[in-house]
Formats: sequence, C-alpha cells, structure tokens
Amino acid sequence: MKTFLFLLITAIIALVPGSSIHAEEPSADKIIEMANDASYYAGKDGQASVRMTINDSSGDTRIREFMILRKNMDKKDQKFYVYFKAPADVRKMAYLVWKHVGGDDDRWLWLPALNLKKRIAPGDKRTSFAGSDFFYEDVSGRGTGEDSHELIKTDNNRYLIKNVPKDPDSVEFAYYNVWINRETFLPEKAEYYNKNGKLYRSVEAKKVVIIQGYPTVTESVARDLASGTSTTNKFENVKYDIGLNDKIFTERFLRRPPREVTR
Amino acid sequence: MIKIKYLLMLLAICILIRFTPVHAGEQPESLLDRLGIDVHGFADLRAGTRITEDDYERDTSLLESRLQLDLSRIDDIAAFQIRADFIYDDIPKETDLDLEDGTGFIDLREANVLFSPIDIMDVKIGRQILTWGTGDLLFINDLFPKDWQSFFCGRDVEYLKAPSDALFVSMFPDFANIDLAFTPRFDADRFISGERLSYYNPALGRLAGRDAVVEDYKPDDWFKDSEISLRISRDISGYELAFYGYNGFWKSPAGMDPVRQEAIFPDLTVCGASIRGRLKNGLFNIETAYYNSKDDTSGDNPFIPNSEIRLLAGYEQELARNFSGTFQYYLEYMKDYGSYRASLPAGNHLQDKDRHVLTLRLTKLALNQNLILSLFSYYSPSDKDAYFRPNIKYKLSDSLMITAGGNIFTGSNDYTFFGQFEKNSNIYTGMRYSF
Repeated sequence: MKTFLFLLITAIIALVPGSSIHAEEPSADKIIEMANDASYYAGKDGQASVRMTINDSSGDTRIREFMILRKNMDKKDQKFYVYFKAPADVRKMAYLVWKHVGGDDDRWLWLPALNLKKRIAPGDKRTSFAGSDFFYEDVSGRGTGEDSHELIKTDNNRYLIKNVPKDPDSVEFAYYNVWINRETFLPEKAEYYNKNGKLYRSVEAKKVVIIQGYPTVTESVARDLASGTSTTNKFENVKYDIGLNDKIFTERFLRRPPREVTR
Repeated sequence: MIKIKYLLMLLAICILIRFTPVHAGEQPESLLDRLGIDVHGFADLRAGTRITEDDYERDTSLLESRLQLDLSRIDDIAAFQIRADFIYDDIPKETDLDLEDGTGFIDLREANVLFSPIDIMDVKIGRQILTWGTGDLLFINDLFPKDWQSFFCGRDVEYLKAPSDALFVSMFPDFANIDLAFTPRFDADRFISGERLSYYNPALGRLAGRDAVVEDYKPDDWFKDSEISLRISRDISGYELAFYGYNGFWKSPAGMDPVRQEAIFPDLTVCGASIRGRLKNGLFNIETAYYNSKDDTSGDNPFIPNSEIRLLAGYEQELARNFSGTFQYYLEYMKDYGSYRASLPAGNHLQDKDRHVLTLRLTKLALNQNLILSLFSYYSPSDKDAYFRPNIKYKLSDSLMITAGGNIFTGSNDYTFFGQFEKNSNIYTGMRYSF
C-alpha cells in the first residue's frame, strides 16, 4: 500500500506542469526500483489467468494456459503458485516458487500422475519459461542489484535506462535498454543486445489497464529475433489484495489445488 | 480383435464428448459440462523389441494401445477423480481382468474422493497413486506399490507407480505435516514374474521366463493383511525434513515357501528419515531406513530375506543451460551376514554383505523444451551389473508427442539384480495424443 501511495504521489507530482520537483529527475537506480515494484509487487497479493501463445518461425502455435497466484512476503521475497490448465499433457501440474531476493529461489513441481512433489534444482533464470520466449526471470523479476543502471534520456512520457550486468558471464546479454513510463513506472519495452552489440531479443508491454488502482500489463510480447519466434501473454481476471493465505503455497495445496486456481 | 473394436469405440465416444463442434460464442453444454465434470486423457501406442534373443520370452517386448480417460470434478466440498486406462496388450498370456494386479483390458489408476472433514485435515479415500521420499528412481521409504514390469518394458515412467487402494489422511498442525496411508489389504508390487520379462530363478538355478512363471502366495485378508505408512515432515528454512514408518510386507516376493514352492511376501517393518535442501548451486538429498524383516530377526532362515539398512545420498545440479545432472549413491547393507552365510543352502549364489549402486541422470532440453533427451543409468560395482535408460521425447504439437528409448541391462552374472534381465534388453518407440 505504501508503495502504491508513493507511486500515486509521484505520478501526480509528475503530472503537475511546472512543478519544482519535476525538474529533479529520480536517479536511474530509483526508477528501476520503482519499475520493479510496479511490475511485480502491486498489492499485497494478486491473481491472474494467463494465456500464452507461442508462435514459431514456421507459423505453428502452441498454447499454454495457467493461473498464477502471488503473495508478497517480508524483505521483498514472494511466493508464486502456477497451475497449468493447458496443454493437456501438463494439465493439473502445479509449479510453486518461493522467491528469495538476492539468492536462489526454492522451486517445486507437482506431477499429478505420480502424485509427486518434485523439488527443482536452482537453475539459470534466463532460460525459457514453459517453452516460451519469456524467461523465468521475466515472470518472477530480475534482481535490481544485478545490473548497473544509467539514465540515458528522458522524454515527455518515458525514461530510457541502460542496464549493464555486474557479472557479464552470468547472462546472455551484454546490456539491455528499457523504456519506463514516467506516470505508471511500468516498463514499456526492453531490448537486449548481445556481445557484438546486436539487438536479438525484446519484451514489450502491449496493453496496460488500471485495475483496482494498479496500472497492470494485460498483454505483453517477447520476441526472439534470432530464431524468429515470439510469445504473447494475455492476462485476464486480474485481481489484487484478495487475501491469499500463506498456506496455499505449501504441499497441501499442491495435492489439492485451491479454489482460487480451479474456478 | 474384439478389444481393438472396443477401444476404437471408446476413442470415438470420448472424441465426441470432447470435440462437439463449437461455434463462436454459443458453446453447447454437454451432460458432463453441466455436471461440472472435466474429461481429459490420452491415447498411447507403443511397440518394443528385444535386442538379443531370449530363450524364454518373445522377441516382442511391448505391443500395446492404451486409452486413458480422466474424469474429475472439483467443488468446495470435495474433489472426485476417476482415471482409467483401457488397454489392448499383445504380450501377456493371461488376459483376465484383475483390477488389483492390473491385468486385463482395464487398468484403473485412480478412483477417489478428497475432502476436508476439519480445517487442518485432508482425507483421500479410494484408489490412488501414492509417492514420497527423496530418491530419484530409487525408493527407500516409499513402500507404495511399484510396477517393475512397466518400468523395464518401456512404458512411460509414470507407470512405475502402481495404484494403492487406501485411506490417505493428512493433517497439517503448525509444527509438521502428518500423512498416514492405510491400505486395508496388501497391495504388492507388479513384480517381474517371467510372463513378460525373464528373470533368474534360484530354484532352477538358471534364467526362466514363460516356462516358469512365478507362483506367488499373496497375503490377501482384508484388515489382517493390511499395510500402514506414516510420514511426519516439516520444512526448516528451506530444508525438508521427514520421518517415516511402515508396517506391512516385502513388496515384491522376497521370500520362498520351500514346501509349497511358492514365492511369498514376508512381514516387514521399516523406519527411516530423509532430508533434502540446497547445497552450493544444487540440491542434495539423504535418505535412510532400517528394514526389519520380522519373520527372520536373527537372519538364519535362508528362505526369508535378512534385515537391512538402506542408505541413499544424491546431488542434483544444472550443468549448463537446459542441461542438468543428478548423481546418487545407494547402499543396501545386510544386517546378519554371518547367519546368512552359515544358513545359505549349498548351490546358491552368495550375495555380498553390501550392495552398492550408483545412478546418474542427464537431461537436456532443446528446441524450446519440445525436445527432451535423457539418460538414466544404474551401475552396481558390487554386483558388477548396470541398467541404462536412454529416452528421447519430442512434442510435435501441444497434443502429439513421439518418443523412443531403451532399457539396456548388462552384468557379469545372470543372478544379480540387473544382470538377470540382460536378455530383456529392449528398445521401444511410441506416440501419445493428449486431449
């Protein structure tokens, strides 16, 4: 809630023309922090149903449908519950993440045919999420301390920030540029460049809607420019502050999916 | 032939149920929709062949078509599920329907209801698949029934778990999770009997198969021959700690009735513990248990297995992008080895005191995770035998998957655990359409 108020106040201030504070740009680090909050921490908790369409270069499409539940914990840690509804071969699988900022996440996969809770070893966060062009990190957020941020320019609507990884060997990009909306602080577009300075990947917010006061991306596209594939995510039934119980993010509710995801 | 027709008919029915023509905006409601019942499943075709000649079995190791229907309904009060496979299987001689043993044209995988009688308790009654423990294709405290025939002949790995007919009660007080599985009548493994896979027959002193299918005597009195499994588990800052108990029987016929010449399932009590958590850039797990063979506590009955200590330690790590590896060490330590040696009848092969097994799993994902290459290997330096499970899976579309793989056994002797299956080494291929 505090974050939201802060966002709101900042947004109002930014809108007031000639405001003295307007002249003072927030630092690049601050903008990235606020973008991170706006993208991944809206409300105390939230839910959405996601339809993911993966388009490959030959024109074939694959569909993933899942429900996602999120709850914010202490120290910016979060818990996620992802419940797959399609395609048929992954239906009823559930994916549980306890995200730890600055460390490895705890992750489990529920395999319904085996009635098995399988723990997943910590992995490269920059690998495909569910076979799509989105990375695991695009879904759960990239640690704001992992890159150095530089404010390149500010126009009427957007900040442009260049992000250079502090540990270049840990990632596939040399740097990425991100355009952040000055009002909502939601990133509108991110473009990733490889070590040869070539643009090879982009993630873009296509649609933003205000839901319960929170600016929310309801459609986004990730493109792999090298392979020619792209993935569109559409978010529906987005709700915030629904009062999710901590216990939902445990083995009990892997065995028995909570009504929040089965409805 | 009748069965193929039957299967085709079922397939047609379920396609009709699922794929009634849908016009934009006016989806006709089927009866199942109105009842809130979800229908899904798959059709799976598989064929496999032995790669060496087996004197006691057919060359064909696998030839089956399978239609799985999964009906489920979830509401606020309870969750119902029925999941059954309708099978045409060319291999077995015996085709009588037996839901307990999984023979015949139906394999009922699940038929259960799950509800919460009180806030901190879940109860699941009926046929269900049960699993726990930390091993990767090695089981110490998981004494729920396994289907070794399916595992070795090239069916999907999910068929390694055979269903239990049980009452499963879970309680969630703040200090721990408590799970209790009560099986009123013993559910044995679907073990290697010679019908589908050849095995070492100690009485004959040679490999045997269809010529000497194992005659077994299963404890089958309701309630008297029951099994009970208990787990108490909790998470302590990312480390999953669990204690286990089991009272029942050796799950595969580990004993012998010398008079009746029947394989038997002696009494067994197990208690154990496990821990799993993060270590460096990966995950580790350690699991152990004491197998108390109650019918032979001093270890001097040659027809009943001795008590054992079993131990497992594993480590899993991502080795590169989309490439992961899991390594495990497993030990079976025989308790009264001196008594065992002294009482072993002449002519029988002497087991080692320790059986060591190492496993390695390598998994590579490629082509947007649509191609999965994996190799699981067991190697026992003490038995001098090994078992390799290579597999390749490719998802052609969201509904269609093709697969191929092998089950390759090798060993210096034909009486060791994996060595006895050498002649069963097989390759297989299959496809699955999911809906």
